[in-house]
Amino acid sequence: MSGKTVTRADLCDAVHRRVGLSRTESAALVESVLAEISDCIVRGEPVKLSSFGTFVSRPKGQRVGRNPKTGQEVPISPRRVMVFKSSNVLKQRVNGALVGSGVAVDTSDESDDSDD
Amino acid sequence: MIKSELVQAIARQNPHLYQRDVENVVNAILDSIVEALARGDRVELRGFGAFSVKNRPARIGRNPRTGTRVQVTEKYVPFFKTGKEMRERLNGGSPQAGWRG
Repeated sequence: MSGKTVTRADLCDAVHRRVGLSRTESAALVESVLAEISDCIVRGEPVKLSSFGTFVSRPKGQRVGRNPKTGQEVPISPRRVMVFKSSNVLKQRVNGALVGSGVAVDTSDESDDSDD
Repeated sequence: MIKSELVQAIARQNPHLYQRDVENVVNAILDSIVEALARGDRVELRGFGAFSVKNRPARIGRNPRTGTRVQVTEKYVPFFKTGKEMRERLNGGSPQAGWRG
């Protein structure tokens, strides 16, 4: 894992510095932006943010899972999941900055998104 | 919804702000996330989700058409994990849940 974790506080700080709004107002706006994106996805509408990426909600069918502790088979009910697909700009930005840098990040690949 | 519609929606809720400022707010948020990921940092937004970077080590791949082996170089990819609150909202949990107070 790499060092730092960026949180809401850091985003509020960035808004405060770059836009020059008060900290209180910056914090409220960060919340509004996240809330607006979430509401949209919960409504089932995709959110496309150019040069950043796309959030969509996707239905998943019922499947058989396994309790990893007991090994017992259990049905997993159909559900909706939120998926983020990063834009090519974001992918290139991240890969370009880190490849060959030896920065240690998670190598696990347990996820179901194998987008290249 | 696209970015300009997001900006408009936020501008409508904040009539005292210029739309240009709202645009800068949205860009400041997205840029901060991109910059953090480009440093290899993680961005954790409770209730919404967390952005992180994963490393895909170099491997020997195969051209699926010809079957020839090709060296695939190491790469870093952005990754998003949906937050608990968000997951619950998508599956009929409380509609306007907690973190927004």
